[in-house]
Amino acid sequence: MSDAQDGGASGLDAALGWNRGALSIALDVMLPARGVTALFGPSGAGKTSCLRMIAGLDRMAAGRLRVADEIWQDSNRGVFLPPHRRRVGYVTQEPALFAHLDVSGNLDFGHRRAGRPASLDREDLIDRFGLRDLLRRRVQSLSGGERQRVAIVRALLSQPSLLLFDEPLSALDAPAREDLLYLLETLHAKLAAPLIYVSHSIDEVARLADHVVVLEAGRVVAQGSPQATLTRLDLPPALIEAAGAVIEGVVIGHDPDDHLTELGFAGGALLLPRNQARVGDRLRCRVGARDVVLAQERQTGVSSLNQLQCRIIAVADADHPSQCLVQLDAGGTVLLARITRRSWRALGLVPGLEIWAQVKAVALGG
Amino acid sequence: MGGLSTEDLQAFGLTLRLAATVTIFLLALCAPLAWWLARTRSALQRLVAAVVALPLVLPPTVLGFYLLLLLGPHGAVGRLTAALGLASLPFTFGGLVVGSMLYSLPFVVQPLHNAFEAIGEAPLEAAACLRASPLDRFCSVALPMAAPGIVTAAVLGFVHTVGEFGVVLMIGGNIPGQTRVLSMSLYDHVEAGDYTQAHALSLCLLVFSFAALLVMSLLRPRRWANV
Repeated sequence: MSDAQDGGASGLDAALGWNRGALSIALDVMLPARGVTALFGPSGAGKTSCLRMIAGLDRMAAGRLRVADEIWQDSNRGVFLPPHRRRVGYVTQEPALFAHLDVSGNLDFGHRRAGRPASLDREDLIDRFGLRDLLRRRVQSLSGGERQRVAIVRALLSQPSLLLFDEPLSALDAPAREDLLYLLETLHAKLAAPLIYVSHSIDEVARLADHVVVLEAGRVVAQGSPQATLTRLDLPPALIEAAGAVIEGVVIGHDPDDHLTELGFAGGALLLPRNQARVGDRLRCRVGARDVVLAQERQTGVSSLNQLQCRIIAVADADHPSQCLVQLDAGGTVLLARITRRSWRALGLVPGLEIWAQVKAVALGG
Repeated sequence: MGGLSTEDLQAFGLTLRLAATVTIFLLALCAPLAWWLARTRSALQRLVAAVVALPLVLPPTVLGFYLLLLLGPHGAVGRLTAALGLASLPFTFGGLVVGSMLYSLPFVVQPLHNAFEAIGEAPLEAAACLRASPLDRFCSVALPMAAPGIVTAAVLGFVHTVGEFGVVLMIGGNIPGQTRVLSMSLYDHVEAGDYTQAHALSLCLLVFSFAALLVMSLLRPRRWANV
């Protein structure tokens, strides 16, 4: 549902690249007009370079770039909009706040230049990101998490037509990261502009992304919905660790005694640790390929609560010769299991076979 | 040690006027020049930087001599000013300003250049993405972030102009009220064997220079250090 075709016109259409000796980048993507696109890939895959090309900070980049109805770059026709005319909200990994201004001055920098548009609720953003008490503070006195929040609100207030976030959580400690990730989730529905979110953390991608672009060695190797992309069997070896199902479902009930929440989805139901969600809420969770065990029969006498009946779709090599990745269809939802080659043979598994998947762990998101 | 004579006070006033004029002109000229030196990838950058640094190593008398030739009635600039109906520059306050500007140029460019370089790309790129045009970025990010460097440049340019001698000697002459600056008065007093007056003037200059450097170091904000 969140593929580029969604809603007709795409939000961003890019074919950009550069060559510098042995290094080259080629970004060829078409992204939806709304929602979060995760640019996902191992370190050194060129994720930051892609954002810089899109923002116009890289004069070497050649190609085409269209955002909404505007042509930002078309090398064949000599079009290159400079960064200050592209209307991007760029949040870098290390927030580049203006040291000579206080927090309020930083927030107003882009807001003023955008003409203080009435459509942006400055006060609401300041409250939601917890910046009210920091407005008069000098930026040098802020913590890492506070600096990143200032950078994000500063970008949002410049009324961008495209948001670019470059691993905004990577420099933060775990509690600050969790807080900000939660804020970004709540922001998601209110975003007027598409957001490209660079990350190498599968949890962030699974929780935030509507669309995933997988980048390896400067090339787009896969793109699509998180559900489809992260269960592909041909992911780059460096990302096998991240392979696994992203399951979106609806909360159908709680078990207050055992502190469990039941999530219904196409293909069955999963029991999760009890969380804040109410019955009827949509939730997203992730089942990693390493956390799925295969069995020929439904098991009794095992501790795992979640067992799903599946059909084997396909099998492929994993990141180690002893392992293989098995793609499973659980009533329309695709799961991945990473098992040993020996087990594959011993159980007599073949594509098309009906099988039971035991889910050892479910990571919650959303 | 007696007080300063009327003539010395006049020289003192003239010196301050000269130094202030030179500093203001130099800041206006050097801010864009240093910005260019700090940002350009042009092959000319090193050449221009070397030319700008030349007054550092050249004896001031050499500089003054060439200026005298250039600005004088037979020099290229002299003929130009004459053709335009302007007064000849040597032995006037205007000539002193031009000579002093050249002489103090590196002392103003260097701190500005360093300050602009220290800003780095990140804040400027952030400003660009927040819709600031190149000129806007220079005015609203580069200049305020380089403020400590601008203070240093101003103080160095001012103090250095106050203390010059060779260029003034060559191009200014020694006309009371017009080109007789402090260093010239001091030279005259020593020549005339008037050590009392020389002491008074020297002490004034010493205290003034020290105070200027002290102010500069006090004004340099520490809070920029760990940005």
